Amino acid sequence: MIQMFAQSVRMAITALLSNKGRSFLTMLGIIIGVSAVIIIVSIGAGAQSMILSQIEDLGTNLVGVMPGYSEEGSPPTSVMGIVITTLTYEDAMALGEKRNVPNIVEAVAYYKSVGTVTWRSESYDTNLNGVSAGYLDVEGGEIEKGRFFTEEEERTLGRVAILGSAVRDELFGPSEAIGQKVKIENQAFEVIGVMEERGVVAMQDYDDQVFVPVRTMQKLVAGVNHLGLIRAKVDSEDNINAALEDIRAVLRERHDIRDSSGAGDDFTVRSATQALEMITSITDGLRFFLAGMAALSLIVGGVGIMNIMLISVAERTREIGLRKAIGADNLHVFIQFLAEAITITVLSGALGVVGGILISYLISLGVQFAGFDWEFIVSPFSVGLALSVSLFVGLLFGMYPASKASRLDPIDALRYE
Amino acid sequence: MALIEVNDLEKTYFGEEVETRVLHGLTFDIKEGEFVTIMGPSGSGKSTLMHILGFLDRLTGGRYIFDGKNVDTFSDKELALLRGEQIGFVFQAFNLLPRTTLFENVKLPLTYIKRRGSMKDRVESVLESVGLSHRLHYYTNQISGGEQQRAAIARALVNEPSVVFADEPTGNLDSKSGAQVIEVLQKLNDAGTTIILVTHDGNLAKSAKRIIHIKDGLITTDSEVKHRRIARDGEIHISE
Repeated sequence: MIQMFAQSVRMAITALLSNKGRSFLTMLGIIIGVSAVIIIVSIGAGAQSMILSQIEDLGTNLVGVMPGYSEEGSPPTSVMGIVITTLTYEDAMALGEKRNVPNIVEAVAYYKSVGTVTWRSESYDTNLNGVSAGYLDVEGGEIEKGRFFTEEEERTLGRVAILGSAVRDELFGPSEAIGQKVKIENQAFEVIGVMEERGVVAMQDYDDQVFVPVRTMQKLVAGVNHLGLIRAKVDSEDNINAALEDIRAVLRERHDIRDSSGAGDDFTVRSATQALEMITSITDGLRFFLAGMAALSLIVGGVGIMNIMLISVAERTREIGLRKAIGADNLHVFIQFLAEAITITVLSGALGVVGGILISYLISLGVQFAGFDWEFIVSPFSVGLALSVSLFVGLLFGMYPASKASRLDPIDALRYE
Repeated sequence: MALIEVNDLEKTYFGEEVETRVLHGLTFDIKEGEFVTIMGPSGSGKSTLMHILGFLDRLTGGRYIFDGKNVDTFSDKELALLRGEQIGFVFQAFNLLPRTTLFENVKLPLTYIKRRGSMKDRVESVLESVGLSHRLHYYTNQISGGEQQRAAIARALVNEPSVVFADEPTGNLDSKSGAQVIEVLQKLNDAGTTIILVTHDGNLAKSAKRIIHIKDGLITTDSEVKHRRIARDGEIHISE
């Protein structure tokens, strides 16, 4: 039986080689499907590792407080675009106090928005970032020229701005920006610093930003009292859980929440590690969903294989008759044609894997060339998935033509013209 | 004991509305080592008879005893095995696999049965016996019609069958190639193989030792051949 199968495989390969054009077209559906699975999973893994490593670069000893309650492991409510006003500047100040949360080194309040910055006749739409004076300690980044604002300026609603390098280039070009007056949403601000170029980190373009004191942003630009986010740096990674507990306790007390189970919270506290886990689970889900969709396209390829196998059975009717005359029974013929279908799909699968890996590699080279920290990853899982699905497709769609061939009457088959 | 014993053999095809009776009760024996022609015009039932005798079809009445066994009771799988082990077929249209070498073509029957010894030696020796040892690795489209038919005969012999059925084996060949094919069959018979030739051609029929005439599904005559045709070196000679 095994010898029969091996011989059928050899014959199938001979038959495939003898009609290269048709074979290739037949196999194309499966090749594309398998390549797609490999490429999608590889790009997904590359993107995921890039995002994760960028978040890790920011520091894993960061914790974030977002307004609104959300379940552990699911994205915070605020990312859905719902505005929740429960978090205030005073909350941020309270968290920054050593007696409240001893492990916090620095707490930064954020209020972000988008708006137009104007200098003379030049104007530019950019991201407006109201932050606390301790921003650089928490988020990193370097001043290229000038200085960041002080706590004093933050407290007194100072009208000072630090420009991201891209904003400076757009508005000022080669001219000196420091000391100039710009208008942010029609309020005059003095440019006191320009940030060093930093690029895109964790999906955020650090150069396309303007930084102003958070209270100035709230009162003069946005006209609000709430914050979008508080981000705090914890003294050591080991103390993150303690810090998270302290933060919850402080905020519950300030917001008059008596339920300490967390169910009544109007805020969400997350550590960077939790965010990493969440992003991993979301991107994993997305990746496997897309890979699954690509695998579905293999079914379409399988229908093509079935089609060509049926044609092959019709073309080789006399051969089937002859084989039966010289001693083949129905099972022999069935195995022969099934083996052919499986040979075609598995061979296509293998070509698809090679093609997919090659293309994924070229893509990774391209992305690396574009300056991103991109890793070339091919998961054995995707290779296994693609190959086993193509084997399964061969079995599934080879079954019908093979059974049709096996049931041919030898006399009719021998007379077939 | 006869190799083939046929008793009142009938074959009727049951269509949706009409029944077509093709064979009306044939009775004859064929002993081991015979060379018999089944002869008759087209539509006489000779091909149907050959298919039944070669286990490709089943009778609908009477009895067929092959080598002492009542094969009517055999399953399809058992009949396939019987074909593989006991029967060799030679067809008018050769039926060699395209894009395949002679060696592979001749080897084909051995994939379905178990045989001791080296497959390669066996294939080479039968190809040599039909004079094709110099064409082992030629593809079927690279050789002449006569050579193709001789290769088909080699394929029919590779399993050392008890009976070789040849259905109009020279029908697609010129007279010289036809004579060469007949020569191979006669030599084979001289060596002891039972041969059953099916044809409508009276001259070809006389290359056998015995002719069974069939007409309208009945045996009209069954007699020894006088003045047998003997093929030698591409020519047919009439024996005295």
